[in-house]
Amino acid sequence: MIDLEVPRRLRPLVESAAAMADEVFRPISRKYDRAEHTCPTELDVMAALIDGMGRSGASGGAGATGAAKESPKSSQDKGIRNGANLSSVLSILETSRGDVGLTLSLPRQGLGNAAIAAVANEEQKLRYAGRWAAMAITEPSAGSDSGAIRTTAVRDGDEYVLNGEKIYVTAGERAELVVVWATLDRSLGKRAIKSFVVERSNPGLRLVRLEHKLGIRASDTAAFVLEDCRVPARDLLGDPEISTAGGFGGAMQTFDNTRPLVAAMALGLTRACLDLTRELLAAEGVEIDWDRPGAVQSAAAARLLQLEADYASARLLTLRAAWMADNGIPNSMEASMAKAKAGRTCVTVALACVELCGATGYAERELLEKWARDAKILDIFEGTQQIQLLVVARRLLGLTSAQLT
Amino acid sequence: MRGRVSTASTLQRLGLRAVGRLGGLRALADPERRRAVEGLLRRGAQAGYSAQVAAGRAFVKRHGSGGPARPSPAPRGGIFDLTPTEDQAMLRDAAAAFADGVLREAGREADDSRGIPAAVAEAAAELGLTLIGVPAALDGIAEEASAVTGALVLEELARGDLSLAVAIMGTASVATAIALYGSADQQATYLPHFTGEAPVRAAALALQEPQPLFDPLAPRTVAVRDGEHLVLDGTKALVARAVDAELFVVSALLDGEARLVIVEASSTGLMVEDDPAMGLRAAHTGRLRLESVRVPAGNLLGSAADHLDAIRRSRLAWAALAVGTSQAVLDQVRDYVVERTAFGEPIGHRQAVAFTVADIAIELDGLRLATWRAAARLDAGKDAAEEVAIARELTRAYAVQIGSHAVQLLGGHGFVKEFDNERWYRDLRATGALEGMVLI
Repeated sequence: MIDLEVPRRLRPLVESAAAMADEVFRPISRKYDRAEHTCPTELDVMAALIDGMGRSGASGGAGATGAAKESPKSSQDKGIRNGANLSSVLSILETSRGDVGLTLSLPRQGLGNAAIAAVANEEQKLRYAGRWAAMAITEPSAGSDSGAIRTTAVRDGDEYVLNGEKIYVTAGERAELVVVWATLDRSLGKRAIKSFVVERSNPGLRLVRLEHKLGIRASDTAAFVLEDCRVPARDLLGDPEISTAGGFGGAMQTFDNTRPLVAAMALGLTRACLDLTRELLAAEGVEIDWDRPGAVQSAAAARLLQLEADYASARLLTLRAAWMADNGIPNSMEASMAKAKAGRTCVTVALACVELCGATGYAERELLEKWARDAKILDIFEGTQQIQLLVVARRLLGLTSAQLT
Repeated sequence: MRGRVSTASTLQRLGLRAVGRLGGLRALADPERRRAVEGLLRRGAQAGYSAQVAAGRAFVKRHGSGGPARPSPAPRGGIFDLTPTEDQAMLRDAAAAFADGVLREAGREADDSRGIPAAVAEAAAELGLTLIGVPAALDGIAEEASAVTGALVLEELARGDLSLAVAIMGTASVATAIALYGSADQQATYLPHFTGEAPVRAAALALQEPQPLFDPLAPRTVAVRDGEHLVLDGTKALVARAVDAELFVVSALLDGEARLVIVEASSTGLMVEDDPAMGLRAAHTGRLRLESVRVPAGNLLGSAADHLDAIRRSRLAWAALAVGTSQAVLDQVRDYVVERTAFGEPIGHRQAVAFTVADIAIELDGLRLATWRAAARLDAGKDAAEEVAIARELTRAYAVQIGSHAVQLLGGHGFVKEFDNERWYRDLRATGALEGMVLI
């Protein structure tokens, strides 16, 4: 039965995440924006709390680890599930309303954890359980074109030897594991790309620097060099064979699960901007009248109405993508639709809110200017706006990546 | 020569303007002459209106037994879900078959002739779609609250043809309004004329008024109490099938509050004038003029809150229509851009084209989900003010954009009537701009 409200069962989880955002993240938000590269130790306790929520079973998974694809159900099974993907999206939306950079710094909730949840076998999932994993895909000369990465993995007995350079690794300094994408044979193209779980303490994995950024400064962004980095063969995620089909697709499947999570981060930031802006404008006597046409309201109220509508659209697209994943329905296109809409909406809304609030929006006294800086990355990482549109368009039009480049 | 206009051409331009608006003529600077001419003009305009002679139908007042029947709230499962119920899926599929088999084909002709082709009208009557908002207890087909069902059905009908959907479902809006807000007497008096053997030819929900910046909560049409009667004065614009309609529900300001009033077409002082528009041609829009129209005070339909509810449900109906026609756009352009070639390859191989199609799909899906959410809240008996406003705003912003893309992607082919696209462009412009006409 069609119903697009937050399910009753997940409301306590959402409330806990909201409390964490308001009581823990917000008070330290500005502190870690200023103190870039300082590890927010306040979060260790929070991570334990989230682990607890995940284990309780009541929530069905709270953080990034929860997002995994359910297997397709038989036609007899008509029970609709609201599972780990939906709960992860809802809780990440709330913590990101508190602070996106801090959400990304939550121990054991890295995008690498989502990758492990998506493609690891059961033995691997058990072995990596409870450990914080970062994700290393991008290289200096390969960003969106992740099929063009140059980091190599060469089999040597029971090990693979990795060589190459990785940049923009979120939580790369703080995480315990780094999921590294590398190619087994560059001449075989994308299908030879595999992901490897590398211990952060591995001597072959050398931290080169931490980036100074426009926003999400609470989150560390690392650059690594892999020099004869030896990784046990059992730490290759998924199928070690170079198959003719589906190899790279397998690695890319991670994105079907992580894109809704990043969309949720964008939604949280958008919500934060709108909540504060509406509060500040209400003090100036401007409030949205839901029942009157925008054209007969003040320009500021009409603008708020537009921004709220785009937020709602992005939010529902994101919940849909998660709902599909929970119910074993393929969602590549819908995940990208959610990420595209949420990514561009959060940038538009954050910048518009600075404008609507004028000096108060632009100055550091409020967090609006910080959110406007934080927003931009959400339309870039985990697939830029343009990459999402490519994914959506290829699916819609039935075109291959060779036809629509 | 730019910037220099000859005296002759100035006069000519003045003359041209005078055809549209006499106020520009210097000869009319004299207030007395001006009043005289304006009086003439007004009478001339009135000549365009005709009394509702078509309206022979007598609605004999009946008393309903007990209280009014209302659709019962639809219970929610407490689960986020995008799957329609079996009943909803059945009705949606019937509407889809009707859209694919009849409406899509008939759309062009209906647009040209400004009417519902007889075969279409018959098929629609057979389907009984106009009764989807009337509870079974009142001989309708709704088992429970039906905003979601209404949205799904309107979506499919508009995928076939938007203006035919409005032409058909405009009548349903009046039946639904009486089912939702009517007293037992009003339900007993009027609903048999929708559910019975000889249903009304048409009925119309007339909220829209002609003035720019129209706010439905502040209509200029007024109702004044006079003993046991209400006296109505005002103008309603773009009323669906105004000439054919035998029954109207109009909005009017009464004691400072906007309310709904049932007005029979045979009422003295009710006049109809043709009011063609850029789209909605099949709905043969007309302007309704009420001059001292007296109706029994018992024709007041529902409360001020019900009037507000009707505005919301109407906007949601428009959102559902926008979803349907936007889906028709998407279905067509996704085929077109991979078939049409330019510069040696399908135009869909270019990002500028492919991304436009992707954006259509993204904004369409967002609008659909927002529409469903608001409808589901209405059915559950929850407040839906914000959710309806969101769906309305998305309709306003994106339905027009999708209509524009629909023409742009086909270039010149989109602009000529060989394809449906120019009609979609015209019809989609209505969805976020107009109030009333349809209701779920």
